[in-house]
Amino acid sequence: MSIAITTQFICFTVLSLVVIIGALGVVLLESIVYSAFLLGGVFMSVAGLYLLLNASFVAAAQVLVYVGAVNVLIIFAIMLVNKKEDLKPINDIKSRRVISTSICLTLLSLLIRVDLTNVWSLSSPQNSIGEESTIRIGEHLFSDYLLPFEVASVLLLMAMIGAIVLARRDVMSKDISTGLPVDQELIEKSSEPLLTNKN
Amino acid sequence: MNLESIPLQAFLIVSSALFCIGIWGLLNSRNAVRVLMSIELMLNAVNINLMAFSSYVDNNLIQGQVFTIFVITVAAAEAAVGLAILLSLYRNRVTVDMESFNLLKW
Repeated sequence: MSIAITTQFICFTVLSLVVIIGALGVVLLESIVYSAFLLGGVFMSVAGLYLLLNASFVAAAQVLVYVGAVNVLIIFAIMLVNKKEDLKPINDIKSRRVISTSICLTLLSLLIRVDLTNVWSLSSPQNSIGEESTIRIGEHLFSDYLLPFEVASVLLLMAMIGAIVLARRDVMSKDISTGLPVDQELIEKSSEPLLTNKN
Repeated sequence: MNLESIPLQAFLIVSSALFCIGIWGLLNSRNAVRVLMSIELMLNAVNINLMAFSSYVDNNLIQGQVFTIFVITVAAAEAAVGLAILLSLYRNRVTVDMESFNLLKW
């Protein structure tokens, strides 16, 4: 790392503030569209934290996969399901909020206590490989992590096929065995088409 | 205060806070899309943890970075399948309110 230590501290403070405040905005904001765009900001700041940790390849992967794929996918999903609806009020929402907030704060205090009190066996910074990390990741992926690497490709193929099967709309119109028309109400609730054909 | 570099604990505290915010959002969201976003936040917190340990504890054989790559892969697959399930739920129930998906409640 060649950046001066003061610059590192300033970058770290700014990035972690953006991460924490952005994450709070993601869960607390009323509008789901603002949440999605703030989520993109959180992902970008996490990529910045990776750059501070000397991991340029993972930072690039984070930007490409999270901001470029996952966030865009979430925005598309919001666009497809964005309908104003009046949520039914829950009668015990107050106690639920109190219980969940106290659980989260307890967990946070426990985690911070472990972080601060445990003695970590830090390795000496002279061993740091720095910018060679991309080469080292490639060596790992094709030697001792070869099996997980190949399994990941099968997982991605399964996720792709599963997403297509789950999300596609054209269901069969005829029963395969009898040839009778299928009751579409069983498969899909009839609803108003979003784009009405004017002709 | 005269430090050589950013302490490891700073990264761990940021990731702990991010993880707890994710859990809070997972428990309290009414919108199903926001639940998926909270899951992504928690996965990112885990990734920050892995990267911090890989840089401070194991900075020669960076195995934490390899694990982060795998977590990113699984998160992308999870997001795709999760949003497809959400779309098919929306098509059947015409709502994304988490309180209305109570078919498996005993």
